[in-house]
Amino acid sequence: MKFTLSWLKDHLDTSADAATVAAALTDLGLEVEEVADPVGRLGAFTIARVIEAVPHPNADRLRLCRVATWPAGPGGPMEEVQVVCGAPNARTGMVGIFAPPGTRIPGTGVDLRPGMIRGVASNGMLCSERELELSEDHDGIIELPGDAPLGARYIDWAGLNDPVIHIKVTPNRPDALGVRGIARDLAARGLGVLKPQPRAAPAGRFPCPVTVAIDPVLKARGCPLFAGRLVRGVTNGPSPVWLQRRLRAIGLRPISALVDITNFFTFDRNRPLHVFDAARIAGGLRIHPAAGGERLVALDGKTYALAPGMMLISDDAGPESLAGIMGGEASGVTAATTEVFIESAYWDPLTVAATGRALRIGSDARYRFERGVDPEDTVPGLEAATAMVLELCGGEASALAVDGAVPDNSRSYGFDSGRLKRLVGLDLPEAAQRATLAALGFRLVGDRAHPPSWRPDIQGEADLVEEVARIASLAGLQGVPLPRPAPGVARPVLTAAQRREGMARRTAAALGYSECVTYSFIDAAAAALFGGGAGACRLDNPISSEMTHLRPDLLPGLLRAAARNQARGFADLALFEVGPAFSGGEPGEETAMVAGLRVGAAGPRDPHGSRRAVDVFDARADAEAVLAAAGAPARLQVGRAAQGWWHPGRAGTLALGPRVLAAFGELHPRVLAALDVRGPAVAFTLWPAAIPAPRSRTIARPALRLSDYQTVERDFAFVLDARVEAAAVVTAAQGADKALIAEVRVFDEFAGARAEAQLGAGRKSLAITVRLEPRDRTLTEAEIEAVSARVVDKVARATGGVLRA
Amino acid sequence: MDGLEALRARYLGEIGAAADEAALEAVRLAALGRKGEISLRMRKLGGMDPEARKVAGPALNGLRDEVEAALRARRAALADAVLEARLQAEWLDVTLPARPRPGGSIHPVSQVMEELTAIFADMGFAVAEGPQVETDWHNFDALNIPPEHPARQEHDTFFLHRLEGDNRPPHVLRTHTSPVQIRAMLAQGAPLRVIAPGRVYRMDMDQTHTPMFHQVEGLAIDRDISMAQLKWVLEEFCRAFFEVEGVELRFRASHFPFTEPSAEVDIRCSWAGGQLKIGEGDDWLEILGSGMVHPHVLRSGGVDPAQWQGFAFGMGIDRIAMLKYGIPDLRAFFESDLRWLRHYGFAALEVPTLPGGLSR
Repeated sequence: MKFTLSWLKDHLDTSADAATVAAALTDLGLEVEEVADPVGRLGAFTIARVIEAVPHPNADRLRLCRVATWPAGPGGPMEEVQVVCGAPNARTGMVGIFAPPGTRIPGTGVDLRPGMIRGVASNGMLCSERELELSEDHDGIIELPGDAPLGARYIDWAGLNDPVIHIKVTPNRPDALGVRGIARDLAARGLGVLKPQPRAAPAGRFPCPVTVAIDPVLKARGCPLFAGRLVRGVTNGPSPVWLQRRLRAIGLRPISALVDITNFFTFDRNRPLHVFDAARIAGGLRIHPAAGGERLVALDGKTYALAPGMMLISDDAGPESLAGIMGGEASGVTAATTEVFIESAYWDPLTVAATGRALRIGSDARYRFERGVDPEDTVPGLEAATAMVLELCGGEASALAVDGAVPDNSRSYGFDSGRLKRLVGLDLPEAAQRATLAALGFRLVGDRAHPPSWRPDIQGEADLVEEVARIASLAGLQGVPLPRPAPGVARPVLTAAQRREGMARRTAAALGYSECVTYSFIDAAAAALFGGGAGACRLDNPISSEMTHLRPDLLPGLLRAAARNQARGFADLALFEVGPAFSGGEPGEETAMVAGLRVGAAGPRDPHGSRRAVDVFDARADAEAVLAAAGAPARLQVGRAAQGWWHPGRAGTLALGPRVLAAFGELHPRVLAALDVRGPAVAFTLWPAAIPAPRSRTIARPALRLSDYQTVERDFAFVLDARVEAAAVVTAAQGADKALIAEVRVFDEFAGARAEAQLGAGRKSLAITVRLEPRDRTLTEAEIEAVSARVVDKVARATGGVLRA
Repeated sequence: MDGLEALRARYLGEIGAAADEAALEAVRLAALGRKGEISLRMRKLGGMDPEARKVAGPALNGLRDEVEAALRARRAALADAVLEARLQAEWLDVTLPARPRPGGSIHPVSQVMEELTAIFADMGFAVAEGPQVETDWHNFDALNIPPEHPARQEHDTFFLHRLEGDNRPPHVLRTHTSPVQIRAMLAQGAPLRVIAPGRVYRMDMDQTHTPMFHQVEGLAIDRDISMAQLKWVLEEFCRAFFEVEGVELRFRASHFPFTEPSAEVDIRCSWAGGQLKIGEGDDWLEILGSGMVHPHVLRSGGVDPAQWQGFAFGMGIDRIAMLKYGIPDLRAFFESDLRWLRHYGFAALEVPTLPGGLSR
């Protein structure tokens, strides 16, 4: 919402300057976005006289002007400046507008500098209206009357020295979409006195020939009130300068007196109007729901197809206007209009909003009606507009044509002056609170406050407190300590899951991964690679084709990030993310995940030969470390990962029975190719919520039990089928004596072509060490031999492995 | 006992001359070995008459001890020389790079969330969570933003696709963390103190907007909580978060459908030299929106507005991270550029705590 300071002063008797007004508005909740002071833009332009204009010696279309300027203002010494000018109307003796070098020309955005034009010095500029952004006129330079004060600032003489204030109006304040509403707030604050608004009542000279009728369906809701009147014998020329200037100042283009008048009332008192060329209305006007399929060419020149239920204004020939949103082109006023029908109606906000959104039309009328205009101003607004039409365009007015009535929005809320202190913490006497409400238009009857008709947002007692607090100002509110819920040392607040997630994050970073935050939505192709892309996870209105689906997994985002980093020359990466992944489109169909991705080598090249490609066992080590930090038990079963994005032979899972806690492995080469990642690439993903919570939270540790007897380690090497898994050998060995064997660890694998050459096709060798930890006495050699024999036997039975000779 | 002096001179001389461990061992065997010269003489002591033994015994023992000591000393000297020589040979270029030990990093958003948690936990706020996909009731209606209300259109909402035949209103990606207010109230009732940090989504992408960003919501409900206490909590938060003693906040009336009265909160700052300094200067920077919880919102959360009242606030986590740590561009938060992650990220063990300070 934009307005000028002088416009505000039409409604507010105040001596406040723009800066004071702006500060008060921001504090009142009408946040000022910008105060555009024309002095900054146009202050350097002064009134000057052309002493002599002669043809340019080197160019036919240019003229050489000697210009009299008064740099110190009127009454100061005159200074003659030479200016080369291309305007056809530049001539000796004319009075125009001069800009010295150093001035920024608003219309072109160019900073003026002294220069040579076709070999002749030019030290300033004589300006056109377009260069000053006064109009589109660029046919010649501005010619001022001969008696214009030489040396004076042009904006002062022309009355353009009027700051424009741009405020952001929150959706609850439709009244502030009119200058009058803004003035009322400022008056309540004490920044001036609200001027009375005399009610115009131009007499009706003849019955209105255009009848109006609201369809009964709409009278209850949609269009409770529709009023209009006809003015005949009007001349629709340009509007007067003051009106054009105001509209231009707030960014509107003056069109014609009739149209400008409607725009004026839209901004002056938030009363949108529409004007029909009455000669183009066939019969009466009917306000009715569209049947569907009607077409209307609106004032923006576009054709709109109407859906059933949209509100229309039609005459006998068909649709003429989109109610409350935009008029139709066919019945719009033109320069030739002599009979005008002025419409003022109260349209239901929700209906207008729905239609406007469906048709994608944004207009000043829709913007206001959907926020809520003052229903009681429907007829007074029409009268004021009629008076202005009569004044500016002449003619005589008909009687009013009205259907419907002002809807009853009367309501009241209990006013309790103590609530201000209890809710906000401000102290203000009751009388002052009542005065504030009265200044805002509330009617106070006993302890009931009746909101004014222009404040649809007031819907409860809390709103009364807000109004009083807002006008009193929240700036002076003093903080009051909020005690802790319980006295003493602050209690811990995080849940087990939150602690778990934090530990997982810090551990991943400690392992060398850099944390990323990638978008929760990814492209369809990437989602499909990771089992996603279902319709339920699709966004209806994605912002780009790269962000169409909720991610089923964190890895696609990390892989895309890796590809971008590789393109920048970073080949070795470790990235991780902690965040939600989605299994569906319902609330709650999401799981917190931790995912890590390593690409390239485990480190940079170095002189110690430590560089090696990352592999599946890096990913598994990381997964295990993060799981442990997140509270997973130490012994997990290793399975094989089956999802399609893993390498089928080089990926696994870590599980507790049927519950999979994590997956790790090499990523499938096809997935890497599809996402432009150059391998090797390994990853882990884990689900913190799958980690079982400890059954009971015991803080004390179990007792440490140490054996005083010597532990014994024995090594075994088995020859096995190449596809026998180490886990099978370890499990079998452990089973040889559960009490005595403390640990079985694989310490060597000999597999591949060389192994097969020695051990036979399809064979490999696996070496384990078994640690025996006696509890009650030192083992004898015979006992150790007996356990060793059982280990060999168990492994042989379980895996077919034989002790390597 | 004659010749002892000569023996002594000879062996001590040979010991001193021994050039290595082997030569020294040969001398030891010659003197003190089983058939060594001194050992043989000591064996003969048994055959001597007592008087002579009385003289020869101590002399021989003394000689043996002296030779043994000389051997030990020489052995130590030889070992020292060997070690010295080895150390002289064992030269390495210590200016070679160390073995790489890549360090990871924590994203500024996570770090700032932990800072928020540390500060608000001390004031008794727990951390609440809610889903990213929300019903339109939780995201809008419950928060006093009815359908067709202009405020609803201003949210630039992402809608989930509805499958054919599913005629429910479409779910949304939450446009703010405020629906967590509703979920927390429904789950825990009053009194209540929570913050709710998390991802939020708006259909907006330009120089200063990304379609996903982070907010933190704050909610405190009790019998008599006032806006003045809201101001104190925010002042305390800003002082602790920005690590500046003299923080000054300014409340300014505004409108949010879910609070009443509502206030935008500005913080005093200076932009002198293009650098933001909180707590000094003459500029005001808008940092968050807040207000007293609207009765409609309390009712939506199953809390009786006649019994309970409270405050709520919401602010951008990415934004306060940018302000605090001087990070210039929001879009870079989500681009995962390794250079950015390392530069603006935090070390794994740099956990923000109140006793240790939030930042290093």
